[in-house]
Amino acid sequence: MKTGKAFWRTLDELADDPSFVERLHNEFPSQVEAITDPTTRRTFMKLMGASLALAGVTACTTQPAEDIVPYVRQPEDLVPGKPMFFATAMTLGGVATGLLVESHEGRPTKVEGNPQHPSSLGAADVFAQASILNLYDPDRVQTLTESGDVTSWPVFITTMKAAMAAQAPLNGAGIRVLTEAVSSPTLAAQISEFVGRFPEAKWHQWEPVGRNNARLGSKLAFGEFVDAQYSIEKADVILSLDADFLASGPGSLAHARQFASRRRVEEGHSMNRLYVAETMPTSTGSRADHRLPLKPSEIEGLARQIAAGVGVGSASAGSGEAAKWAAAVAKDLQAHRGTSLVIAGDAQPPAVHALAHAMNQALGNVGQTVTYTRTAEAEPVDQVTSLKDLVADMAAGKVDLLVILGGNPVYTSPADLEFSKALDKVQTRVYLTQFNDETAERCQWVIPEAHFLESWSDARGHDGTAAIVQPLIAPLYGGRSAHEVVAVFSDKPEQTGHDIVKSFWQAEKPAADFDAQWRRWLHDGIIPGTAFEPKTVTLAAAAVNTPAPAEGGAGIEIAFRPDPAVFDGRFANNGWLQELPKPITRIVWDNAVIASPATADKLKASNSPASRGGEHGTIESSVVEIKFNGRTVRGPIFGVPGHPDDCVTVHLGYGRTRAGHIGNGPGFNAYALRTADALWAGRGAQVTTTDDTFPLACTQYHHLMEGRGMVRAVSLEEFQKNPESVHEGFEAPARTITLYPDWKYEGYKWGMQIDVNACIGCNACVVACHAENNIAVVGKDQVLRGREMHWLRIDTYHSGNDPNRADETYFQPVPCMQCENAPCEVVCPVGATVHSHEGLNDMVYNRCVGTRYCSNNCPYKVRRFNYLLYSDWDTASYKLGRNPDVSVRSRGVMEKCTYCVQRITVAKIESEKENRRVRDGEIKTACQQTCPTDAIIFGDLNDPNSRVAKLQKEERTYALLAELNTRPRTQYMAAIRNVNPELSA
Amino acid sequence: MAQSNQPLADRMEPVAGSGTPIVIAPGHTFASVTDKISSIVLTQRTPVGYYIALLTAAGLAGLLLMSLSYLVVKGIGIWGNNIPVGWAFDITNFVWWIGIGHAGTLISAILLLLKQTWRTSINRFAEAMTLFAVACAGIFPLFHTGRPWLAYWLFPIPNTMSVWPQFRSPLIWDVFAVSTYATVSALFWYVGLVPDVATLRDRAQGKVAQRIYGMMSLGWRGSARHWHRYETAYLLLAGLSTPLVVSVHSVVSFDFSVSILPGWHTTIFPPYFVAGAIYSGFAMVLTLAIPMRVVYGLEDFITMRHLQNMAKVMLLTGLIVAYGYGVEAFMAWYGGNYYEGFMMLNRINGPYWPQYWALIFCNVIFPQLLWFKKIRMNVPMLFVISIVVNVGMWLERFVIIVLSLHRDFLPSSWGMFRPTFWDWSTYVGTIGLFLTLFFLFVRLLPAISIFEMRTIVPEAKVQEGHGH
Repeated sequence: MKTGKAFWRTLDELADDPSFVERLHNEFPSQVEAITDPTTRRTFMKLMGASLALAGVTACTTQPAEDIVPYVRQPEDLVPGKPMFFATAMTLGGVATGLLVESHEGRPTKVEGNPQHPSSLGAADVFAQASILNLYDPDRVQTLTESGDVTSWPVFITTMKAAMAAQAPLNGAGIRVLTEAVSSPTLAAQISEFVGRFPEAKWHQWEPVGRNNARLGSKLAFGEFVDAQYSIEKADVILSLDADFLASGPGSLAHARQFASRRRVEEGHSMNRLYVAETMPTSTGSRADHRLPLKPSEIEGLARQIAAGVGVGSASAGSGEAAKWAAAVAKDLQAHRGTSLVIAGDAQPPAVHALAHAMNQALGNVGQTVTYTRTAEAEPVDQVTSLKDLVADMAAGKVDLLVILGGNPVYTSPADLEFSKALDKVQTRVYLTQFNDETAERCQWVIPEAHFLESWSDARGHDGTAAIVQPLIAPLYGGRSAHEVVAVFSDKPEQTGHDIVKSFWQAEKPAADFDAQWRRWLHDGIIPGTAFEPKTVTLAAAAVNTPAPAEGGAGIEIAFRPDPAVFDGRFANNGWLQELPKPITRIVWDNAVIASPATADKLKASNSPASRGGEHGTIESSVVEIKFNGRTVRGPIFGVPGHPDDCVTVHLGYGRTRAGHIGNGPGFNAYALRTADALWAGRGAQVTTTDDTFPLACTQYHHLMEGRGMVRAVSLEEFQKNPESVHEGFEAPARTITLYPDWKYEGYKWGMQIDVNACIGCNACVVACHAENNIAVVGKDQVLRGREMHWLRIDTYHSGNDPNRADETYFQPVPCMQCENAPCEVVCPVGATVHSHEGLNDMVYNRCVGTRYCSNNCPYKVRRFNYLLYSDWDTASYKLGRNPDVSVRSRGVMEKCTYCVQRITVAKIESEKENRRVRDGEIKTACQQTCPTDAIIFGDLNDPNSRVAKLQKEERTYALLAELNTRPRTQYMAAIRNVNPELSA
Repeated sequence: MAQSNQPLADRMEPVAGSGTPIVIAPGHTFASVTDKISSIVLTQRTPVGYYIALLTAAGLAGLLLMSLSYLVVKGIGIWGNNIPVGWAFDITNFVWWIGIGHAGTLISAILLLLKQTWRTSINRFAEAMTLFAVACAGIFPLFHTGRPWLAYWLFPIPNTMSVWPQFRSPLIWDVFAVSTYATVSALFWYVGLVPDVATLRDRAQGKVAQRIYGMMSLGWRGSARHWHRYETAYLLLAGLSTPLVVSVHSVVSFDFSVSILPGWHTTIFPPYFVAGAIYSGFAMVLTLAIPMRVVYGLEDFITMRHLQNMAKVMLLTGLIVAYGYGVEAFMAWYGGNYYEGFMMLNRINGPYWPQYWALIFCNVIFPQLLWFKKIRMNVPMLFVISIVVNVGMWLERFVIIVLSLHRDFLPSSWGMFRPTFWDWSTYVGTIGLFLTLFFLFVRLLPAISIFEMRTIVPEAKVQEGHGH
């Protein structure tokens, strides 16, 4: 990839003389890479030049050399100040979500979902939203190193060539490749080609939060690896067996959209009914009409009972609540043959997956609400076995060259495999990574990995739809993609990622005008016609005849779950995600040992608010020690109502030691307890309470509504009988009770509608708001004091008055209400917060002197104050990622949601140019745009045909704290539960 | 004054057999009064204890300087304030100091207009106390802002940025109320000082002291014309100050009552705040007067009569304040507003219950001892009660501000406030500043009005017939 003119200083250099190179190495070891590597040198010079000249940030970014195609406009149309959108895709667990990425003058600043991509439908999850911060993370690996010394790409190529040459006579017996789950057809083909060159070389895969059980379950049921594809919108009755299908896993964005479409009673659909049996309370469980908390070991039993109820296998009818529940669910499923759906969670053993497949088959759902296709993963394997084999080979000293393509296996592999110990026996260890993490510490060759926004690739969505991953920016730190690294081993080091991907698809889908087609794909972000065809599969008899699990032993059960914020640990260095209050627990910056309040009491472990920040800041928790299979970890306990008793849930991804300056430290490492035979759950853990306490930062500890009606909820039956029942017990003052005439909002009158019934509390809106509005990360210490900066928060409430019960859980996103009678405005002494003639409660940062009176007088407490200098004004790379349309706040200034006024302004300018009004739906606030369930609607209330105006007239609509006569513009829609009468008593 | 003195002077005489203490001990003459008071400044040797006390106070004032410097460098985040508790120690201290400042003006202006001559021996240092308390109070609204260097935007200063105060905000009313109060108090105090400073000028031995007092006395020669102008000015200023006694704390209470927060949004606040201010002001006067009269042997001038009267004012205002608490609780129930009711229960039974009950003890229960004359005549007990009331009044503001904010409407945003080292250091620092100023004042200016004291000695009565 030699670009630009070549300059030389000595004839030796011109001749690329080896002795010159050697001298270079001896004299300027730290500069070798800059001098020998043309790309890096160029980038380096540009970066230096830009910062020296203080020429502003635009100068220090480079567009990739190849053509990339903007979503809406051609690159040559680039108008400074006008963002462009490019389609790309991000993978998590191997499966892609199609994205549109906003780019300002060549700098990606904001991620949105790609409406055309079936795994996104326009939404993006927290990880996609936050991925932009990873791109600009100053802790990323910035240079290629060998054993800690900076080296160069050519040296790497030469060394690898030698290593390969040494393996050639051995048929590559010492070569191993370890990847995460791979859905990229190109990469899979490349690795297969590389491994294929050496008959004895092997490719292993390991994904710590993978779908291994789902894969094995499908093999158990059908004899082959298949993916189940759900059509949630067609299902009237859904049973989830510990599946958080609305908020995590492949396709969850699409599932959430489909699910929510059946929860809007206004739209005339019949409402679906969701049953969830689960361990850790999740978003999906909270949306359930009936939720049954069960220990991990009990779920299989329940599944068998329900299966027996719908005619699959046999199980002794148990007794108690679970049995009653199972009977009612089975009856309901039976009553909806062909329109019901059973989904098993990824943490459930293969047997439960097989049972779910069998139930769907028995209920006639196959072909209706569920179809089967080949897997999105290119080469599905039993990953646990795959990793075990690799470790065995490594420990036996059979591995000479190990190429690890991402994934941080030293940190994420099961503790009993002792991966890192075995790794030390490998002669040459090559690791492609974005971070100098735990695995990088133990590998000689550490190659900086290009972020997906910096590299070419491709990936499949959950339904198989392929998308081209196109870069928006040249690698900031000279990173390489997995394609380029594998190309080295395939003896094609000169190939660029772009060429590799493009030539793969040229071979795959040849066309006369391939270039035009390619441009189309890049533009749309999907390759049409690549979604998998449904497959006919036959249920094996063995599927339902698996032996029942042994009865539970003594001790406490333990469940492992991916963290809702840092996932398997890969996002540990992402400040937005670390500071993201996790659904249900609202904890930030830490994981905790989650238990039911009763179990915590039994363990004599407590967690209660401490005076520093109180229930909106510090929860002082007892530290407990978990002993499981001879391994021990310590972590703070946290009681969560709705969690089953005698069981604890720990989340993976914390306790990182080499994540970076943000990720090092927080939480405890649950991987230390996780063994290959108990990846998701295990029995016989011993939990003992220690005398230590630990402060957990928690943004909401009080989940009772105290009869204040923040969330209004009725059953579907009640609602149909009397829609007014939603508002029983609450009244809003009449609009006539005022001494002053109403302000006439001529022109626009902005309003927002939030459907509590649709919200699944997935937090995507919160991160989107973070990214869009340059919101600062304040760190754990400040959250402990109750000073987090989220403009939009998701309040979580449980029904009833017992803090230890969570019969119903509701999520309520709370942005600024943009009150027409805003209490904050009258009390500001300097007029820093003022009402716009369109009804926005504007905040003039420059005018604010910081008396905080506005916040004191805000009944919704949506204002956030910069108690210290929270925005990072120094780190250069972060500056690139900021939204240039929103000012970065200084300390001493109040800030708040303004309905993304910058987006409103852009749309208004566009409409004025065309001499028309802004169309409904033309402006989407950041939270609205990314919402997978369409729970947030923004628009013009003066337009009677706008969605928001229509919704605000609906029966379900209510205003938060309407009795204060603040006249909020943000209004809510009450939740409706489709209760099964058999279970409601 | 000439006319008014006749009947008053009579009242100064001890009433035979009634046991009512006198306002000045018998046997004093013009000369003895002047000698006694001016000697503190001019001739007495400064005791070592004074220097120790001054240095301690100055050390605390230095702590204030350090705290405020750090605050400006780092930001308000060094305090414990958060969301929801946007105001905590800062505004608590502000209201507390402003409240303390009320006694001075009340004693000087209202008691003057009401012809309560017993005020004479305490008005000077009470006014000084007012001034210093207002100075301490003023620190908080300025430095509690996130960007104190821009706090001048709260003043209506024409500028090219079109920044203009938003006059609907009670904080702007505060700016005017407090700055007016500070100005009038300073004028009142200084005008009252002029004749005495002239006395010091005349009696001073050192050149420097003569110069300084000379400049400060503004050419006072004690001529009849001077006295005439002086009397008019002083009465006018007293008239100007009188409404301020009521208005300042009423306006300060508007900061709260104008908001919509349960616990703040209350119509009773203006009278209740004014009573509370006088309550705490008199408590502070007692706290200062009791040690001062002992140390400087001023028992002749600040007699038990003064202490008793102040105790009675405290008892009365304390009862008004207690009534205020009662009405708050009653209205929380009677008003039927859910949020108000919750706010009250949260005070009584919430996580800050110790503070609330400590407040009730300090302000309502303990001061009931003042009903007993024995207690009122017991100087150490009075001192203890005055301290307790000072603490109680500080707690009252803390309870109103923090307890209302920490649990408002949405349970999701409920939180707690915990003071940091810097919260305490700023607060203690202002006490240091206050005491430093007070010590300097006692040492450098006549702490008791000499010329006014001279009007109440029996000698003044003799001269009366001849006129002047």
